[in-house]
Amino acid sequence: MKKRKFGLALSLVLAAGTILGACGNDEESASKGGESKKDNFTVGMVTDIGGVDDKSFNQSAWEGLQEFGKENGLQKGKEGFDYVQSKSDADYTTNLNTLVRNDFDLIYGIGYLLAEPMAKVADQRKDSNFAIVDSVVEKPNVASITFTEEQGSFLVGVIAAKTTKTNKIGFVGGVDGSLINKFEAGFIAGVKSVNPKADVKVQYAGSFGAADKGQAIASSMYSSGIDVIYHASGGTGNGVFAAAKELKKKDPNNNIWVIGVDRDQFEEGKVKAGDKEYNVTLTSMVKRVDIAVKDLADKSKNGEFPGGKVIEYGLDQNAVAIADHKENVSEAALKATEEWTEKIKSGEVKVPKTRDELKAMKF
Amino acid sequence: MEYVIEMLNIRKEFPGIVANDNVTLQVKKGEIHALLGENGAGKSTLMNVLFGLYQPEKGEIRVNGKSVKITDPNIANDLGIGMVHQHFMLVDPFTVTENIILGKEPRVAGKIDIRSANKEVRELSERYGLSVDPEAKIADISVGMQQRVEILKTLYRGAEILIFDEPTAVLTPQEIKELIAIMKALVKEGKSIILITHKLKEIMEVCDRVTVIRKGQGIGTVNVSETDPNALASLMVGRDVVFKTVKSDAAPAGDVLDIKGLKVNDSRGVNAVKGLNLSVRAGEIVGIAGVDGNGQSELIEAITGLRKLEEGSIKINGKEIANKTPRRITESGVGHIPQDRHKHGLVLDYTIGENVALQTYYKKPNSRNGVLNYRRIYEKARNIIAEFDVRTPSEYTPARALSGGNQQKAIIGREVSRDPDLLIAAQPTRGLDVGAIEYIHKRLIEQRDNGKAVLLVSFELDEVMNISDRIAVIYEGEIVAILNPKETNEQELGLLMAGSKRLEAGENFHV
Amino acid sequence: MSNKLKQYGQRSIKYLITSARNMLIPIFSVILGLLAGAGIMLVSGYDPISGYSAMLNGIFGDEYYLGETVRQITPYILAGLAVAFAFRTGLFNIGVEGQLIVGWLAAVWVGIEFDLPKFIHLPLAVLSGAAAGALWAFIPGLLKARFRVHEVIVTIMLNYTALHITNYLILNVLSDKQDKTENIAESASLRSVLFENWTDLSRMHWGIIIALACAIIMWFILEKTTTGFELKAVGFNHHASQYAGMSVNKNIVLSMVISGAFAGLAGAMEGLGTFGYAAIKGGFTGVGFDGIAVALLGGNAAIGIVLAAALFGGLKSGALNMPLEAGVPNEIVDIVIALIIFFVASSYFIRWILSRFSKKGVK
Repeated sequence: MKKRKFGLALSLVLAAGTILGACGNDEESASKGGESKKDNFTVGMVTDIGGVDDKSFNQSAWEGLQEFGKENGLQKGKEGFDYVQSKSDADYTTNLNTLVRNDFDLIYGIGYLLAEPMAKVADQRKDSNFAIVDSVVEKPNVASITFTEEQGSFLVGVIAAKTTKTNKIGFVGGVDGSLINKFEAGFIAGVKSVNPKADVKVQYAGSFGAADKGQAIASSMYSSGIDVIYHASGGTGNGVFAAAKELKKKDPNNNIWVIGVDRDQFEEGKVKAGDKEYNVTLTSMVKRVDIAVKDLADKSKNGEFPGGKVIEYGLDQNAVAIADHKENVSEAALKATEEWTEKIKSGEVKVPKTRDELKAMKF
Repeated sequence: MEYVIEMLNIRKEFPGIVANDNVTLQVKKGEIHALLGENGAGKSTLMNVLFGLYQPEKGEIRVNGKSVKITDPNIANDLGIGMVHQHFMLVDPFTVTENIILGKEPRVAGKIDIRSANKEVRELSERYGLSVDPEAKIADISVGMQQRVEILKTLYRGAEILIFDEPTAVLTPQEIKELIAIMKALVKEGKSIILITHKLKEIMEVCDRVTVIRKGQGIGTVNVSETDPNALASLMVGRDVVFKTVKSDAAPAGDVLDIKGLKVNDSRGVNAVKGLNLSVRAGEIVGIAGVDGNGQSELIEAITGLRKLEEGSIKINGKEIANKTPRRITESGVGHIPQDRHKHGLVLDYTIGENVALQTYYKKPNSRNGVLNYRRIYEKARNIIAEFDVRTPSEYTPARALSGGNQQKAIIGREVSRDPDLLIAAQPTRGLDVGAIEYIHKRLIEQRDNGKAVLLVSFELDEVMNISDRIAVIYEGEIVAILNPKETNEQELGLLMAGSKRLEAGENFHV
Repeated sequence: MSNKLKQYGQRSIKYLITSARNMLIPIFSVILGLLAGAGIMLVSGYDPISGYSAMLNGIFGDEYYLGETVRQITPYILAGLAVAFAFRTGLFNIGVEGQLIVGWLAAVWVGIEFDLPKFIHLPLAVLSGAAAGALWAFIPGLLKARFRVHEVIVTIMLNYTALHITNYLILNVLSDKQDKTENIAESASLRSVLFENWTDLSRMHWGIIIALACAIIMWFILEKTTTGFELKAVGFNHHASQYAGMSVNKNIVLSMVISGAFAGLAGAMEGLGTFGYAAIKGGFTGVGFDGIAVALLGGNAAIGIVLAAALFGGLKSGALNMPLEAGVPNEIVDIVIALIIFFVASSYFIRWILSRFSKKGVK
């Protein structure tokens, strides 16, 4: 009780005269004071700095939430499902706490960047349930969702190797770290398994939100003769698409491709050159974050929140896969992916998760 | 229509000060009308009102008998009022013509018609005897010529009334003579001139009538033919002024400053002081006479440690100080009233109190263990302000807000109060009015009488002749003669300064 | 005597009027900014009252947000002090961002590598942050003093250098190819259990005390010491300072070093207080650049900077709360915040121009 008084006193001093502030305060204290009287099962998510319209990871998660909301007749907002966007690393903790303070029943952190803040917040807010996507947080009130991205990346690597004419392939990563290294290792393994002579150039933008950098990297890659780029870089990847589309627009005969990530990024690849429609999206490594997010929300709503557990989604669960839009992929490539899918599922091939494991492989 | 310009009962206020109060100025067509006043009396303010830079609170302005409102300089231009500023407003890399036509370029099909502009400028120049080369670059011509470009600028814009703001402050004696001729030519052609000045000699020489302002108040207008310098001076200052500085004979003792074989380069690396020898004894004033640019600045900068010397020795009381830091030199007993008080003498954004402590802030009792004692600093400042008659609202006033004379008094107060053995005064009275000049001269002589050595550098021959006990003539980085002021005259000095007569070393050394 | 009294009376009344006017201008411009922001919200169909009340709630709606706001303000104060200190001495330190980043890394490094009792470890970590920032600012200071290289150019370049060097160190030296370092030892942490209890577990930390102390230190150095007297004199007029026997070069370097130390401290606050680790950055934190605005807004005076930092920090944390609570989209929020800052900044500009004019007038 004492601490509340202090806080109120401080806020009164600072907010002297700001009736608006005081009003909000009362309302909120009231709703927080008693047990939650809401009937709805509310779900919120905190994006990383990419934002919900990153056409990738955060967007996919948000689509999952929207789907969940639709199925359960919820509205966007505090009484249903909602998201908060982060503008800098410092905002993650604040945003997670904001959702806690608004009594969301399940709070997602989208992206491994939120793992550290979530671990801290989960410790402090033991009554709230959290879920982290793409990382592991070992707390009893946190469920961890991970994907075997290396498997999906391996498959698109196979397609890239079957598609390239120049034997030069590019990989654009977001932030250099263990997570994106999984994409990188799997992808290179896929390429080399099919075409050992192909060369994969790897470059990291250092951010998941720097479309301008993505565009610059992609432009220089394409001009160096690379004809297929796989990006695993969230919002930065929008720049990769932009670079490819620009080149395609200039010269529709330019055979250049982008492999999307996380969602089916077919829409992002559409470009008009002259009167004709083209599409630079070769395929996408689809990570069904939406399905995972919705699945977990469903479970939690039914009282089966898997706190403290790690749920891995992979080829077996169809949670990583090649995108549905397959018109740009050749028959041969598709056939090859089917073969390799079987090999992976059967355990005949073990896809590397790190650069070291990749090095240990022989092609 | 008797008057071309009438400014009637003008009042202009700034926050906290009344700059002009009930000032009336009436200029007849074809006359040279002087506007006389001490520094800070409000001359510039009045002219800025006339030129449209300020709006008066009260009063009326009439041009050719018609009442006008001059709200910006363009209107003043249209009314035929032109200003020759004290600080030239010229673009250095441009030619004379380009500067003159700037903002009013004659165009042919969108292109600047430089040829006809050149022609027009040349015609104007010939008509008024200005002999300016229209195609010369500003950077390449002398200060006197640059001033003529400023004059041409106003004429090109069709000025009938020319305001000259302290035009002689920057000129050599020869150039002043030429300027006076030009002004007379202008008047002969039907122009009218307002001359802002505090130099009585010039007024007596060229002006027809003079209007005096004192502390913002209009004192009155008199005909020059019916007055004399003494009367004007007391009108301006408000009390009687002594012109000839009275001083007893010097009683010099041993050398305080002793310079031998000094060589110093200027900023471009060119040898500016070339093996100079000079000594100044305790209890005397040595005046250095010379035309600007003969190594005076470099000499002083070398003595005070602001510039490295290439060769030679500088001793203060027998101790070598060559190439020591300015602070070491200051502490070994050198005071310095710098030539450019805004650049070197003062930190304009600091208060008067802080500026007075500029040389001593780090010493007890001004500070202790690196912490300033502002109470003591301002206490000291109050004493100096009182002792040296610095007119300032308070010791907390920024130096910027003071008039030139009072700024200079503050600097002199600072330097003299440190009680230095050698006081170097470079152009100590430049731009000051008679009252302030009189005061500063008195102070310098007082130093001498107290047994200090004083080194005076001045471009004003009057000053050097008046104050010095010995005159050292500098020409091209060397002392070419040492003279007794009682046994020489302006002609001889002028010739020596121009390098045409050269005494053999030793011939007249140590009078 | 009575005349003198009257004079004093008039002077103090005038002083009161001018200081009241000085206070009024920023307040008025904040109001103008809020009105303009309200206009934007109205035009785009959102309720400005609920928008602003959400903002106020996000700033000091309850003790948690109050704590977070204070946390946000902390580095802003220090960054503002860093810019202002250089500015007061005639230098433009655009490199606060870079100095902040190296200070952050250095503090965290010491926080990880050593195992010391808290009363040694924490000050050591804080001071090494300051030292790193000072060192980073020493470079442009030295180049300016020695070769008259303009500090703006050097500091801008050093921002990038700092960013990429620290990223490299985090990736390869401080961690094994991870995107962040491990957490600092508890003995080097600025975390405050006391503040956490007061503010319902916000991340408010002891750094605010350091920041406020630094504001006092800056005021003291500049206004009360011979060092400050020299630094300011050199900034105003280095000719006169040299004439008065001050070493211009020494003072230029010293000014940059002190400025850099403040910036480094700002980084240490983030490293030891807010985050507890250093992570690879895709781009600048922005705190250093905002510091320029904070300094200008605060009139380069210590107390002004604290207030300006409070405004900036408040707006930053208040903005986070607007989308969720009032449903105002992030983009609109950004515009509103930018408008408020714009109006406040232009008030400074207007005053600056006015003062320039009146200065000329007196002459």
